[in-house]
Amino acid sequence: MMTWPILSVITFLPAVGALLIWLMARGGDEAAARNARWIALWTTLITFAISLILVARFDPTQAGFQFVEEGRWLTATNAYKMGVDGISLPFVILTTALLPLCIIASWKSVTRRVAAYMMAFLILESLMVGTFAALDLLLFYVFFEGGLIPMFLIIGVWGGPRRVYATFKFFLYTLLGSVLMLLAIMALYWNAGTTDIPTLMTTAVPRNLQTWAWLAFFASFAVKMPMWPVHTWLPDAHVEAPTAGSVILAAILLKMGGYGFLRFSLPMFPLASHDFAPLVFTLSAIAIVYTSLVALMQEDMKKLIAYSSVAHMGFVTMGIFAGTMQGVAGGVFQMVSHGLVSGALFLCVGVVYDRMHTREIAAYGGVVNRMPLYAFVFLVFTMANVGLPGTSGFVGEFLTLIGTFKVSIPTAFFATLGVILSAAYALWLYRKIVFGALVKPSLATIKDLTLREVVTLAPLLVLTILFGFYPKPLLDFSAASVQQLVTNYSHAITAMKAAALMQ
Amino acid sequence: MNFTPAGYSLLPVLPEIVLAVGAMALLMVGAFRGERSTFLVMTLAIALLIVTGVVQCWLPAGKLTTFGGSFIVDGYARFLKIVVLVGSAATLLISYGVMSERPRRIFEYAILILVSTVGMMLLVSAGDLIMLYLGLELMSLSLYVMAASHRDEVKSTEAGLKYFVLGALASGMMLYGMSLIYGFTGTVSFEGIAAAAKSGGTGLMFGIVFLLVGLCFKVSAVPFHMWTPDVYEGAPTPITAFFSSSPKVAAFAVFVRVLLTAFPNLVPEWQQIVVFVAIASMAVGSFGAIGQRNIKRMMAYSSIGHMGFALVGLAPGTPEGVQGVVLYLVIYTVMTFGVFTLILAMQRDGRAMEQISDFAGLSRSHPVLAFLTAMLLFSLAGIPPLAGFFAKFYVFMAAIKAGMFALAVIGVLLSVVGAFYYLNVIKVMYVDEEAGATDAVRVELGTVVVVSALFNMLFFVYPGPLVGAATAAAKSLF
Repeated sequence: MMTWPILSVITFLPAVGALLIWLMARGGDEAAARNARWIALWTTLITFAISLILVARFDPTQAGFQFVEEGRWLTATNAYKMGVDGISLPFVILTTALLPLCIIASWKSVTRRVAAYMMAFLILESLMVGTFAALDLLLFYVFFEGGLIPMFLIIGVWGGPRRVYATFKFFLYTLLGSVLMLLAIMALYWNAGTTDIPTLMTTAVPRNLQTWAWLAFFASFAVKMPMWPVHTWLPDAHVEAPTAGSVILAAILLKMGGYGFLRFSLPMFPLASHDFAPLVFTLSAIAIVYTSLVALMQEDMKKLIAYSSVAHMGFVTMGIFAGTMQGVAGGVFQMVSHGLVSGALFLCVGVVYDRMHTREIAAYGGVVNRMPLYAFVFLVFTMANVGLPGTSGFVGEFLTLIGTFKVSIPTAFFATLGVILSAAYALWLYRKIVFGALVKPSLATIKDLTLREVVTLAPLLVLTILFGFYPKPLLDFSAASVQQLVTNYSHAITAMKAAALMQ
Repeated sequence: MNFTPAGYSLLPVLPEIVLAVGAMALLMVGAFRGERSTFLVMTLAIALLIVTGVVQCWLPAGKLTTFGGSFIVDGYARFLKIVVLVGSAATLLISYGVMSERPRRIFEYAILILVSTVGMMLLVSAGDLIMLYLGLELMSLSLYVMAASHRDEVKSTEAGLKYFVLGALASGMMLYGMSLIYGFTGTVSFEGIAAAAKSGGTGLMFGIVFLLVGLCFKVSAVPFHMWTPDVYEGAPTPITAFFSSSPKVAAFAVFVRVLLTAFPNLVPEWQQIVVFVAIASMAVGSFGAIGQRNIKRMMAYSSIGHMGFALVGLAPGTPEGVQGVVLYLVIYTVMTFGVFTLILAMQRDGRAMEQISDFAGLSRSHPVLAFLTAMLLFSLAGIPPLAGFFAKFYVFMAAIKAGMFALAVIGVLLSVVGAFYYLNVIKVMYVDEEAGATDAVRVELGTVVVVSALFNMLFFVYPGPLVGAATAAAKSLF
């Protein structure tokens, strides 16, 4: 069927765009900056358009990998292999869809070294798409870790006042987790003789190796996710990153952790996943309750949203390790939904930050009087963050909670507390910023959303509400792959229990 | 021993003869024409290195030995000799700038590089302890002089003297170790030792330990690394680049060869030494570099750390491990050469920039160069998709296969510590305020930086040939 390597094109087209910027947007003048912006925008838009072909041609009834491409790379056993299934495709689309919005969001707010900034984002896009599309474990690792380089520069060069601290913390934390995963990848390679992911999924891994490899992968993904107690890099990175950097971080980079659990931990180490599920449940429940409480105390808007991200990711890990159909499907849905909502929330913060150059919650109040449109948009996303029915946030949280209820009632109980707490902090944030009398003189002249900002926020708004009322397309998309994952997982567990009974 | 004339064929050693005779001829040119022939001699020296490389490639395939087995040309030697020759030629290339300063113009400089290269080639091909010692001393004596080649500078003279005194001490210990090995096995040839040393023994162990002391000194592995920061800082920068490339490759090559071909039956015995040295080197390299203000000193610690990582590949004593080591040496040589060339290229008002803070804001004055350097530093830190990652990948892969999990875990954790100081330099270049304008970059230096950075960035696109060559090289040792 396939005549051209569509996944490779989507993966490397942004990198080509970066090269184009380097060639055509030389010099530091305004013309060069304008060229860089337009090239970046067109590249990301074309990439997005091509990725829509994937959606059109994708067969959601098949559980296996589609659009598979294979080529020789390091050796015969470490091949260049790409492909997507119902779990990874939503993330590929999420990435390609958000990048144009990030470029538009940075149109005016980034004025220094524009060409380099755009190049960093395009390279980052290549690496992120590659991460989700890689079907070779080593290739996955290369993309996964490679993303650290552009992100390090994005936070470090275009970030806020404490950017150096934040970017070092981000880089070293993530690297520390990942190198352990690298060793586990090597151990898996020597066990199976290949790093081909589909082969590894069907290769039996000895119980002992499962435990260690699970822990090593967990070290990486838990940091990336991030899970309590290794989440502390996230608030710093979010606060210091430029707006578009925060969007990418919250919407896509965090999802790599959850994607990793789905792609590797559950299918390759089912027994260890089963053994460690209580640990994940505990950490998730603590994350949901604790970080929600922490969010209540924040004075910085971005920090509050960052903590709320940690709490929402707690739902995802909980749902994934419940190992039930609803839990896993809810986890995938929640990740996509959080990608839309948290991305939009950071864009909303960016809107007022660009005008006032402060993210202090106390510096705002009563902006509804000057910015009615903004107040509406912000309201929708706040409600989606809370998980109000009718928004996509509700579907994800609801499914993960149902999925977990079947497995661990205490976890679901504490997680539900988090829903209440999320309403507390999100509404509190909204009231402080939007409602009340407009008394601060600095806000007296603040302007409502410009057309450019509407363009960035409108698609996210539509999707948030669409998926809130009609989640079926997204759920159907991944249903077959999730079903297969859950079936294999429960078979492995049943087989283990049966074997234990036999003895 | 084999005393037939066939055992003394000169064909396998032809590249070395070409290089040695050529070096003598160039010495005559220099001696008769004086200082003004410096550039002529340097250019001819580069040509000579290329000719030697061609002769090396032209040698008949397969394993060749001569001088009664004391000189071996196998796949391993062929591959690493080419690496050494490239490193030496690149050193000459980046030295033109230094040689253009009047008082520093000495034609012997090129000759010394050639002679030490002969030593390295002998070292790589060494098949017995005598050849090992001869090669090592031929290489080292030239290096001592080169370290002190800025003779009017206190630091350079100090570096040369320190290197010489400590090097002589290490050579003495190594000779002592060799005599013990000879005493307990009755032979100096690696094959003979392997046949005689079926099981360890206190005397033989002492011999191995002393031999390893000398080799650790040459590759600057902890605990014999003390000379490295001072010598790296004091020596002229092109020479520092040289120190961290070709001689390291050659010394490491013989390190691997002597352990694997002379003591294959004593793997558990020497393995514990190598593991200790590897961990100590990685730790000292990673933590020691953090506090450095001088970039050459920082790179010295970086070099100590990288030798530790390369030793991780040697520790298992397997073909995979040797493949990892070979690949590591190639990639490390390219990376470190690129960074030193950048250090050499950056000058402010005619003075070398040697403090890390001198590089502040380089991304604004030299965006392309700064970007390439950042990539080299990320590569040194081992971040994918750059070449440095694959170097580390293969050595750790071998350690994991051999079940040396503790070594691997400690190694990767220390690599995270090591990443910190590379990141710090990138931060200085990208985040800090500009420290002032820099002089124009010499073309040949810029080219070397670009080539080494491109090698690092594009290695992952088409890694097959190099990985395959390293595999073949490693196989020939077993």
